[in-house]
Amino acid sequence: MSTHDDRPATEPRRVLPRFPELDTEPFWNATKQRELRYQVCDACETVIFYPRRHCTNCTSIDLSWHTSAGGGTIYTFSVVRRSMHPSFMDLVPYVIAWVDVDEGFRILTHIVGADPDDAESGLAIGARVAVEWIDRGEVALPAFRLA
Amino acid sequence: MSKQRVAIVGIHEYPSRNTRGAVTPLNIKAHSAARALDDAGLTWKDIDALYDDGDGILWPGLHMSEYFDLDLRVIDTTTVGGSSFEFHVSHAMRDLAEGRAKVALLTYGAVARSSNANTGTGAKYSELGPPNPISNMEDCWGPTLVSDYAQFARRYMHDHGVTIEQLAEIAVTARFHALRNPEAVQAIHDLGLRHGDRQITVDDVLSSPMIADPLRALDCCVISDGGGAVVLATEDVARACRNRPVWVLGTGEALRHRRNNDDMTMTGARSSGPAAFEQAGVSPSDIDVAMVYDSFTITVLSTLEDLGFCDKGEGGAFVEHGNLRFDTPGLAVNTDGGGLSSNHPGQRGIFLLIEATRQLRGDSTSQVADAELALAHGTGGTLNRRYASGTVILGRD
Repeated sequence: MSTHDDRPATEPRRVLPRFPELDTEPFWNATKQRELRYQVCDACETVIFYPRRHCTNCTSIDLSWHTSAGGGTIYTFSVVRRSMHPSFMDLVPYVIAWVDVDEGFRILTHIVGADPDDAESGLAIGARVAVEWIDRGEVALPAFRLA
Repeated sequence: MSKQRVAIVGIHEYPSRNTRGAVTPLNIKAHSAARALDDAGLTWKDIDALYDDGDGILWPGLHMSEYFDLDLRVIDTTTVGGSSFEFHVSHAMRDLAEGRAKVALLTYGAVARSSNANTGTGAKYSELGPPNPISNMEDCWGPTLVSDYAQFARRYMHDHGVTIEQLAEIAVTARFHALRNPEAVQAIHDLGLRHGDRQITVDDVLSSPMIADPLRALDCCVISDGGGAVVLATEDVARACRNRPVWVLGTGEALRHRRNNDDMTMTGARSSGPAAFEQAGVSPSDIDVAMVYDSFTITVLSTLEDLGFCDKGEGGAFVEHGNLRFDTPGLAVNTDGGGLSSNHPGQRGIFLLIEATRQLRGDSTSQVADAELALAHGTGGTLNRRYASGTVILGRD
């Protein structure tokens, strides 16, 4: 059952990650266990996100997977009022955001459970958020909710 | 052999913004190239360098050289969205100055309007090809082109104090210039633009429908058909052409993308601008007229600040009270009506070069008196995720 926006039945065919795609497959596999994973370089400890198979800071190709505690802050957001995309047109209005996760990576996501037209909702740049999983069967999507 | 100076010698803007299926992008490119060659007094046989961003056909290096039936010594298929054409001028300047070719052709053609592409709100990212790490992490959230720039605008307003009213002033000035440009006025009718051929106000912008907060319909560029062509040549060729040469004095390029812990509001113009100014040996205060990519109002404001026309955080005051109009003191911006009120088939960078050239020839419909130095700045991609910034500085004798 989806927790997303209380309107799962109106989503005709949510766009999902597609496989095989070797860089991001471990990230999405972990979402089945509700784990928000990111990579750290074994050599220089740089946080790598989105997933890749090389360090973008030093020349190491040895990275380790870590699991985030799921907390973060909103870096920026928008409310999508109009979409002509068949998979998203019935989801409007939805809040799309970049969230700075506490472990040091920035992720594109949705902020769910906040009414974008309620001035008292607390939806704002800098607001604290926590991960909220949207079950889509083969994967779970890491959305966030105001904490 | 010393390096040759390089000039824009021919231009053409395809006039129709709604072609209703009567032409293809390749037709628009070829027709525009033919008219730009006429403008220069050159022929197809003179072209030995071709620059193409592949928007009209796959494998553009092979397919466009054949479609135009050219004998080429230089081909460049740099594809960086709407700023591709500023990058192409940068590369053509390099290639022609080094003597690798003598006459360069840039073309563009697209039919976003008549193919009902919904560019701003409906791009079907994930249908574009096999999955990759970027599509697999982003497409599931339904970002639109407008929401990308809206996220950028939100953070920009938060960090630098610009207001939505100040952003609206940029759309008001664009419509003011468009109403003086007969081809833009025709476009306003053909595209059915909001408020038609009357001047819009800040209130009109603020009362237009919200597309993705905080950007409203009139903060967004139009979706049109269109295209154009630019011909560049070395000085020896340029001196014999029909129109007075418009010299390429300096160029700069930058690529940027989302990074962890990055300040998104510091755009690529902060590096492409200084590179171009240094090569040209001029400073922002020397520029008479600037064509600044206006996919959205925020694109213009952030670019003006990051090119150094005003300090970071001063852009709001810089654009207020019609300050960007051709008939007010100081810098004039987007004198053809821009993407906000004239044309935007998807990759608008070629029109920046065409209108800047018109200004330096004295041919603009909103002519800046005695314009000697012009700047064109393209932004391709989305400021919120990944993009390219290309700056070109042009001058006349």
